[in-house]
Amino acid sequence: MNDPKKIHPIQKLMDNMWLLLALGIIIPSISYTMWGWLELLFLKAAQLP
Amino acid sequence: MNTNSDYPKRICSTTGFPICRSAEFFVKANAVLGVVFLLIGGIAAILIALTRWQAVHLLPVDWFYRILTLHGINMLIFWILFFEVAILYFVSTTLLKVRLASRLTAWISLVMMFVGAVMVDVTILLGKADVMLSSYLPLLAHPAFYLGIILVAVGTLIAVGNYFATLYIAKKEKTYEGSVPLVVFGATAAAIIAVVTLLHGAVVMVPTFLYSLHLCPQPDPQWYRLLWWGLGHMSQQVNVCAMVAVWYLLAAITTGAKPLNEAVCRSAFVLYILFINLASAHHLLVDPGVSAGWKIWNTSYAMYLAVLASMMHGFTVPASVEVAMRGKGYVRGLFGWLTNAPWRNPGFSAFFLSLLIFGFIGGITGVTLGTQQINIIAHNTLRIPGHFHATVVGGTTLAFMGLTYYVVPLLWRREYILKPLCRLQPYLFGIGILIMSFGMSFAGSMGVSRRSWDIDAGGSIYGPTAHLFLALVGIGGTVAFIALFLYVGLTVGTLLFGRRIAAGKSMEDWGTPKVLSTSPGHDHVAPAPGFAGGATVAEAHPTQGTMVLAVIFLLSFAVYYFANWKALADVWPVR
Repeated sequence: MNDPKKIHPIQKLMDNMWLLLALGIIIPSISYTMWGWLELLFLKAAQLP
Repeated sequence: MNTNSDYPKRICSTTGFPICRSAEFFVKANAVLGVVFLLIGGIAAILIALTRWQAVHLLPVDWFYRILTLHGINMLIFWILFFEVAILYFVSTTLLKVRLASRLTAWISLVMMFVGAVMVDVTILLGKADVMLSSYLPLLAHPAFYLGIILVAVGTLIAVGNYFATLYIAKKEKTYEGSVPLVVFGATAAAIIAVVTLLHGAVVMVPTFLYSLHLCPQPDPQWYRLLWWGLGHMSQQVNVCAMVAVWYLLAAITTGAKPLNEAVCRSAFVLYILFINLASAHHLLVDPGVSAGWKIWNTSYAMYLAVLASMMHGFTVPASVEVAMRGKGYVRGLFGWLTNAPWRNPGFSAFFLSLLIFGFIGGITGVTLGTQQINIIAHNTLRIPGHFHATVVGGTTLAFMGLTYYVVPLLWRREYILKPLCRLQPYLFGIGILIMSFGMSFAGSMGVSRRSWDIDAGGSIYGPTAHLFLALVGIGGTVAFIALFLYVGLTVGTLLFGRRIAAGKSMEDWGTPKVLSTSPGHDHVAPAPGFAGGATVAEAHPTQGTMVLAVIFLLSFAVYYFANWKALADVWPVR
């Protein structure tokens, strides 16, 4: 039998707005911003033909 | 400092919820300013539509780009952000029965956003910022333009901070038990996305502002594009999230719908929080500086998790309406629940049309155009505005309009004037946007570029069919503008002349479906025992109608996706 007072870990995650806020900032910052920024940073200057 | 029990409030005689007096003022102020900027953006919209309609070609070239800048910023940034701040204050204080965390902070936020928005609009109209919404470097505007945007972004960030502080107080003072309501959860997801958005805005706008003052070298244009779309596209994801929260709210208000499955709905919002912001990479799909790996990961693999979330909401929202309607006895056939829905209620019609336009037009085109290979035949054509006018205007704006038909009577305590026109307005707006979006999409399919004053400048290369579709842009834009003007006029007219709702009286019902008689012979299923329980409800009233709609959606998606791959293959035929 499920204990009605026992909260599922996923539910705990969804109830923790600070953790969601942190994840919501970190994931796009790494995947979109930092990765893209690094690629631009190490881009070699184009050679004139 | 007030504790939660003694803060100034009134009890809403319609909903029974406590309305925090402080929050009420700021909800009203932000909503009114939002509608003012919507009107400014709408006037700009009709001028642009009548210029892109080549047969009319209204504006001269300099004013076209000026008004295009004004339109983009007022519609995509100001209207949406002001209204979303109003939503954040409203749902947090009302649904969680708590006071607004800080009145002073709300004032600071409001003043910063308003001053910033006025600075931007005045600078544009003076002809000092003909740089369009994206303001790509090396195009350079007057410093007041960048400063204005920074003020709006920081002001909104402060408002979002005030929202989180309000949630914290509610949790600390235990004004609710268990998890926050689903609508508050959706609004919180929108607030989290807004934080990421506004941080990107600050990072890109501050050095650009300093450059415009000649205090630092010019930022790299490719870097600017990367960071700017962290503001420009992510802000539209705030819209999506807030719009979905409004769908759940309007579904509940207009039909008594309850979430089909709370865990599924909340999981979909979590997917939004984690992955929807990666969609910004769509705008850089033809940029040479970033790799194919970065593009494909962000716009396809990771982003599809957010698309999955949209499809989850796209199913659970209409399914919850179907379950509620079947629970009231509307069980005949596959779509008896839908044909008997309260279509004369502008809250319902706006919400359901928003759902259909966003899903069938905006969603399908968005995922297809966001595919790297297909994007090469669509990038910078009118197909892109054809897509986002279906999401932001046909989706978000229409949903927010539907919410207004409840917010005004509940907060201002005045009945809407000219109710038959109110009932007509969402249809007129939805039809106008549909025509415009189709016109844009088909003209774009013929190669007509976006942000272009005159497609015939280089000679007549597009032919009469493209011109016909541009005429549709003008006609649809005119219809949508009339509906927008009607919405603003009806709302302002109600605030000035609407009949006052007496203390203790409820607002008049726009029309909600009644529970049918259970007499023999009626095609009726009694409401399920334990109606509040999501799974129980769904088991008692299956959602066959929504399943059929979902299959039609997936088939439409497959056909459109195939047609685009076929179009791409035709560009480089291999024989």
